[in-house]
Amino acid sequence: MSTSVAGVDDVTASETSLRRFLAGLPGVDQVGAEARAATLATRSIKTTAKQQALDTAISMIDLTTLEGQDTPGKVRALSAKAMRPDPTDSSCPSAAAVCVYPDLVSAAASTVAGSGVLVASVATAFPSGRAALDVKLADTRDAIEAGADEIDMVIDRGAFLTGRYSQVHDEIVTIKAACGRPGREPAHLKVILETGELATYDNVRRASWLAMLAGADFIKTSTGKISPAATLPVALVMLEAVRDFRLATGRMVGVKPAGGIRSAKDAIRHLVVVNEVAGPEWLSSRWFRFGASSLLNDLLLQRTRMLTGRYSGPDYVTLD
Amino acid sequence: MFEYAPAPESRSIVDIASSYGLFIGGEFVDTRDGHTFKTISPASEEVLAELTEAGPADVDAAVAAARRAYDRVWSKTPGRERAKYLYRIARILAERSREFAVLETLDNGKPIRESRDVDVPLASAWFFYYAGWADKLAYAGLGSDPQPVGVAGQIIPWNFPLMMLAWKIAPALAAGNTVVLKPAETTPLTALLFASVCQQAELPPGVVNIVTGAGATGQALVAHPDVDKIAFTGSTEVGKAIARAVAGTDTKVTLELGGKAANVIFDDAPVDQAVEGIVNGIFFNQGHVCCAGSRLLVQESVYDEVLERLKRRMATLRLGDPMDKNTDVGAINSREQLTRIRELSEVGDAEGAQRWSAACELPEHGFWFPPTIFTGVTQAHRIAREEIFGPVLSILTFRTPAEAVEKANNTPYGLSAGVWTEKGSRILWMADRLRAGVVWANTFNRFDPTSPFGGYKESGHGREGGRHGLEAYLR
Amino acid sequence: MSASDRLDVRKTYKLYIGGAFPRSESGRTYEAFDAKGTFLANVARASRKDARDAVSAARKAFAGWSGATPYNRGQVLYRVAEMLEGRREQFIAEVMAGEGLRRSGAGDVVDRAIDRWVWYAGWADKIAQVHGSANAVAGPYFDFSLPEPTGIVATIAPQESSLFGLVSVLAPVIVTGNTAVVVTSYSRPLPAMTLAEVLATSDVPGGVVNVLTGDSTEVGPWLASHMDVNGIDLAGVSDADLATALEEAAADNLKRVLRPGLPAWDVADPGIHRMTPFLETKTVWHPIGV
Repeated sequence: MSTSVAGVDDVTASETSLRRFLAGLPGVDQVGAEARAATLATRSIKTTAKQQALDTAISMIDLTTLEGQDTPGKVRALSAKAMRPDPTDSSCPSAAAVCVYPDLVSAAASTVAGSGVLVASVATAFPSGRAALDVKLADTRDAIEAGADEIDMVIDRGAFLTGRYSQVHDEIVTIKAACGRPGREPAHLKVILETGELATYDNVRRASWLAMLAGADFIKTSTGKISPAATLPVALVMLEAVRDFRLATGRMVGVKPAGGIRSAKDAIRHLVVVNEVAGPEWLSSRWFRFGASSLLNDLLLQRTRMLTGRYSGPDYVTLD
Repeated sequence: MFEYAPAPESRSIVDIASSYGLFIGGEFVDTRDGHTFKTISPASEEVLAELTEAGPADVDAAVAAARRAYDRVWSKTPGRERAKYLYRIARILAERSREFAVLETLDNGKPIRESRDVDVPLASAWFFYYAGWADKLAYAGLGSDPQPVGVAGQIIPWNFPLMMLAWKIAPALAAGNTVVLKPAETTPLTALLFASVCQQAELPPGVVNIVTGAGATGQALVAHPDVDKIAFTGSTEVGKAIARAVAGTDTKVTLELGGKAANVIFDDAPVDQAVEGIVNGIFFNQGHVCCAGSRLLVQESVYDEVLERLKRRMATLRLGDPMDKNTDVGAINSREQLTRIRELSEVGDAEGAQRWSAACELPEHGFWFPPTIFTGVTQAHRIAREEIFGPVLSILTFRTPAEAVEKANNTPYGLSAGVWTEKGSRILWMADRLRAGVVWANTFNRFDPTSPFGGYKESGHGREGGRHGLEAYLR
Repeated sequence: MSASDRLDVRKTYKLYIGGAFPRSESGRTYEAFDAKGTFLANVARASRKDARDAVSAARKAFAGWSGATPYNRGQVLYRVAEMLEGRREQFIAEVMAGEGLRRSGAGDVVDRAIDRWVWYAGWADKIAQVHGSANAVAGPYFDFSLPEPTGIVATIAPQESSLFGLVSVLAPVIVTGNTAVVVTSYSRPLPAMTLAEVLATSDVPGGVVNVLTGDSTEVGPWLASHMDVNGIDLAGVSDADLATALEEAAADNLKRVLRPGLPAWDVADPGIHRMTPFLETKTVWHPIGV
């Protein structure tokens, strides 16, 4: 059971030691984990707490567009929204970042320049991850050169499910190295586990540790292209993993649930889980993000209701 | 920091009368020879209502009403019609669930989240389940034409007032009996509100009678010669007194008494869920649970890790106003119970165990005790043997499965036990050897109307829930 | 205009498939008459394609319905009974018309039907206790047997008893988690369609029960030979040759078969005998060891 392992580095020395370590992590009881998530979902966040939570959630959004039909125009509109979600209220926080495909990074970067909003790019043959390593590396470097501050990579789920953990690990290490930027801090690497394909919470725990051991700055639930994407119990398991990883190594890793979080209520529930499972230190955009698109408008509608006392409607938020 | 703003549930949904009589023969009546007493909110110590303490003549009237209803109406009511009364009751409880949850929290001190999500839904479900047995008794495995026993006297405790009422009344009525029920003196209000459900369901008068009072009222009920069966849930001490009192009579009796359950954590347990199970096992309902996992038996090889995680988890427990929807730990039910918990905790200190609780602000009024653990406890300690009935966990260690079983069984009690391991065969091996009426594997404190519940040894005898729960009410 | 000049708005009777009320894809109808021969309504005449669609809907609904907790199924069935009770007058009128009964007789039929439905609702969370077991094998194994629903059951409903008979063959199928395709009485179809309306308003998920009005001699063989149907109840088949042919067709995928009228449903206590034929028993072994 012991995850307070001294010298966690030795673990990755060989395929065998890595496999033994991951297999030795404590199991996750599905019913118990889901029950705990369900109990945390009953927390009632009202009045001042709700206002604070809404603003926090807005500031944590990676406003995302990842569609075949994306264009520079679409990305510019999205970026403007991320910078100023509510044109009628400048007290509304900006989103944390915009998240786009590598070939649209420059359109995003030129729009958000100087605003504090970051540019995240998916890479490594997102969303499937099924391509040669060279292709994945080129993908990553293009994004960095175009101005990406963060890279959201996907792990090779095929390799993971066949137990080739070292391969998954080494790929992450390689991509992390490609995130270097001359004269600056390296781009942050988010590692997408695609938890819907991993299928069990045990696998989610193992993949989380694998990614963190390989140097991930963030672990991310999903590409958002398959269902199920982010669920509260999955977020809970990943938050347990980052908590335990910090206790074992001293290093803090962020968490990003992505896909399927559409309502302010869902978002606030996630913040409660962060608060009570990993701890309040994770409650900032430095350590927690929401990968979402329509969520932002629901947060804005709720925010308006809290401020004005009236229920609002879709005509009063922008569609970009 | 993420502070949760107060999120109080509103009290306005429930109407509490300033005083209550006794529910006998389908209506509220004044006492014939009894006195009055008050019930308070243990969270604030405010007086909620004045109650009638039923005297012997009142108990006599209640039993007579139950007998009359049995002879003239209920024993002649076909099972299919009894079922429909019980279905009505189940549905009305579900309809009025918020009203009952609020009242339960005010009177008992337990968090509104628990009343709302556990107590009231289970009470409704219990009636729904047993409704379905009323016209299927021949299939219960208790004979081809089982008959009711007659009039049942039922005495219930203060820890799950409405739920315990459902556990008693539902099977009794389904089997064709009529009842006189005495709720605990610190928590009578949901039972009295239940009387209005009986009226709304148009249950024939006298089928359910509710007499409020304390120990003397209970004794009068136990001693009454026209009661055919006594069902008691409460302390082992009183259970033994009842067993003595009915000796030599024809009165059948079932008892659901105390416990000192072992919650056994193996080195391969799913550790995060195990910690939840420990917390749920002893801090749910402030530890006022007969089947609480009050002894943690943790495998020595993982002791440090489990303890560290447990302390970290305990630090996130929220203690406070039970009416706040975010409260995890509510008030201790009474001053008497708080005194007992404090006394036994001081015994723990004196015996050399190490006490720990997370930093916790206690409200000024009301009865409160912070979730507490004692480490360095052994079987020889009083706090490992005596039921504290509060949010206090005694932590012991073991080395092998056989040793875990030995320590778990080494108690006069035998109500429940918990086992945490990922290994299926070990779960079954432990379950096979644990002398406890309920074994929870990789879970804890789960109840269901289909699932028989009850104890071995001094935790009582008889089962409630499931097909087995009918047996006590049929002959 | 006086009250007697008021024209009533007449109902159109359609099929009930997948939670919706479509007309027959064949566009065909037939005339339903009351016991005296008076025209009552045009009723959809289900085709083999309707039957195919019904089976498809039943299959889609099976995972959710069989995966629901027994408590939930019991609650849903009890809700159906609440709705049946609410429409008591409507059912009485239809039974009077279809079966030629006087009002008090029809009232008895409807009351028995509702009570029978309630009786079955209460079995949802009890059948496992009565029909399951822990088995005392001679070895260190935990061995238990549990009943599980078989899947989709096709039922030819009784031809004469258009409400009570229908309830008696339908409720035991679905309470344990099976989904159903029912071919109604040909000449007395209206109570079945009103029952379908009740199901649609009672939280019964779409596809759990599918009701086809029409000729069981036409539609029956398609259901009996359908390889995705797991059980078939020939309750309403009066022609012995047809019953034999259907049973033979059912053998192709070894459907569980109930022969016409068996077990008897027009009895005071039908027992568990209409539930168990459509239950599989799963026995599980697990070693007991440290």
